[in-house]
Amino acid sequence: MTSVRIMRTRDWADPVPPARRELLTATPEIADEGKPPVLFVPGFGHGAWAYAEHWLEHAAARGFAAHAVSPRGHGASAPAPKATLRAYAHDVVQEAARLPRQAVLVGHGAGALVVAHALARYPAKAGVLAAPVFGGWGTLGLALRRNLFGTLPAAFGGRLRLGRRQLFGRELPDAQARGYAKRVGHASAKAQWELLRARPPEHPVGDPPVLVVGTPDDRVVPRTALDKVARRYGGAPLLFPGMGHDLMLDARWQEPIDAILDWLEKDGN
Amino acid sequence: MSTPTGNERFDPSTTLWRDGRPVYDRRDTVCVVGAGASGLAAVKNLREHGFGVDCYERETSVGGAWNWRHDRSPVYASTHLISSKPFTQFPDFPMPDTWPDYPHHSQLLSYLERYAAHFDLLPHVWFGTEVVKIEPADDTSWDVTTRSSGGYGSERTHRYLAVVIANGHNWQPKVPTFEGLDEFRGQTMHASSYKDPKELRGRRVLVVGGGNTGCDIAVEAATAATQTWHSTRRGYWYLPKYLLGRPTDQVNDRMQAARLPLGMRQWLAARTLRLTVGDQSRFGLPKPDHKVFETHPIANSQLIYHLGHGTITPVPDVRRFHRSSVELTDGRHVEADVVVFATGYLPRFEFLAPEILGADEHGRPTLYLHAFPREHPTLAVAGLLQPDSGLFPLVHWQTVLIARWLRLRDRDLQRAAAFWSRASADVGKRWNRARVKDSTRHWFEVNHVDYLRELQRALDELSPATATTARSAR
Repeated sequence: MTSVRIMRTRDWADPVPPARRELLTATPEIADEGKPPVLFVPGFGHGAWAYAEHWLEHAAARGFAAHAVSPRGHGASAPAPKATLRAYAHDVVQEAARLPRQAVLVGHGAGALVVAHALARYPAKAGVLAAPVFGGWGTLGLALRRNLFGTLPAAFGGRLRLGRRQLFGRELPDAQARGYAKRVGHASAKAQWELLRARPPEHPVGDPPVLVVGTPDDRVVPRTALDKVARRYGGAPLLFPGMGHDLMLDARWQEPIDAILDWLEKDGN
Repeated sequence: MSTPTGNERFDPSTTLWRDGRPVYDRRDTVCVVGAGASGLAAVKNLREHGFGVDCYERETSVGGAWNWRHDRSPVYASTHLISSKPFTQFPDFPMPDTWPDYPHHSQLLSYLERYAAHFDLLPHVWFGTEVVKIEPADDTSWDVTTRSSGGYGSERTHRYLAVVIANGHNWQPKVPTFEGLDEFRGQTMHASSYKDPKELRGRRVLVVGGGNTGCDIAVEAATAATQTWHSTRRGYWYLPKYLLGRPTDQVNDRMQAARLPLGMRQWLAARTLRLTVGDQSRFGLPKPDHKVFETHPIANSQLIYHLGHGTITPVPDVRRFHRSSVELTDGRHVEADVVVFATGYLPRFEFLAPEILGADEHGRPTLYLHAFPREHPTLAVAGLLQPDSGLFPLVHWQTVLIARWLRLRDRDLQRAAAFWSRASADVGKRWNRARVKDSTRHWFEVNHVDYLRELQRALDELSPATATTARSAR
């Protein structure tokens, strides 16, 4: 592995055009100077709303200034049908650099890959990859097996539809799961293709500690993929059995976020 | 602001002596001189590589040259960046999307202030403290003598593992000497003390110097003064700030990305300029006596505009001054009330013996990558560059390299020695394929692509191989 790539002609000659972004924030009642701000990044199709359900408030209650960004084309951000992974990572780095202090980046699903790309452009305090989808053809294969008709259009540049049984565990009430699944949109076709091509992210700058969390019962990310990502960052994944892919929306949402915040208090600083 | 924290800070029990005065040992701490853009980048990147840092800043705030409150700041009210945002910002701390392509100097200052706050650099900066002397100690460490800015208060000496000098090179005005300058009755000033077009209102102004500052001031004089002459030594290539609908430097980098040979890029650039700006000699300017990219680029869209409107009169070099007029090399006399010398700056390291940086008789240092002196592996200069783009990306990676280098010296002496012997062979190289003009203006002129490629090579050589193998073995 080369140390770091500093020739970034594409960033210089062809910078990502600006776009309006949605940022949701939960501020702790008593600001704790020792705790870094946390920036949550949702996966493909999700918006900042996914974190606003539980995780933002919970992190704030534990003394962390918590923010969630919707990358362009997601949530209430400006529509961006031609956005690339690079544009999503740009949105994350922009919001991170706007925070008053060095931030922790937390990404979920394909948002974890966006965070991995952002870590190569911004020296985060720490990185957390939750149920990371780093892409590749294996991801497509699994998705086709689990949900043929939701996935097939995506393989031809259409939209990817994730079923509620792919995203949530059995403990989440059906009505709630249906409600969440309805809110899930889709990323740009270009970004979906880039996910399949799986260009590996560059090495993180500033050598931040990176934590990988996931669940062995994830119907989007197989256990092997989880281990592979964790190995890449020199560790083993932290597992929460019985949960679905959407850790932040599932019935037992509190366990993973508590584990992440515990880790930040202990190692991330 | 900066208060001593912990017991180890300036522990008097570790006192050494030098010339009968106490020296406080700061052990593995690195000293950074200056808290401008280069100094802040050095502090951040040294911290990121695990070093303790003491940064000394003579002013009471960060920003160096970009802080208009500082008496050494060369910025004037209308100063805007001449490189667009992607070339101006630190590569790991982007400027906000909402800012324009070419930010104003006050935005740059707020950017540096946010950078310092974001990465928590202020606790490491000792404000209002100037460096008086930097001397090599017995081994490879350095004794740095400081005192309160303004010269009062007693001097203190600390011993540091290494020193990074980031005192800037755009604050010591270079004023040319002309015959008869003493008897000239008009007002003369160096561009460094020019702040506002109000000073030129209703007067006849001669601006000397064809650099970016000279062109900016000539353009301001064109709208304020009753008459403006702009004197340049030679014809330059004036690049508009936008070309083909994009910031010019971004267009240029597309050509560099394609790795077109220099000759072809020069031809393409000259051709594009010919098609968009047109023949400069139509505006009374001399034809450039050199190819594009052989002098520092001048990015100014308005100069040609004002030449075309007759509000700026181009004139050749100054021959001498008379009581009430200035004589030019073509024998013309111009009767100017104000003469502004936009004649540049000289680097100055008054706290350092000149031979340490390998300075020649003109004061030009000889360094590897314009940063490392041959004889002193624990001393480095940051930001002593005149890139054909923004400085910050270059100085960022330069300070990363300095930090990595100091780390490697500490961990793997053998590899460090191998790197140093390779680097010593490249001391004094120029990192610019174009044959740049030989003047003090171009002492540190580098092509950003050539320079960064060499930095990349050096960084790869210094990359923490041990850490990487340990990681992949797990």
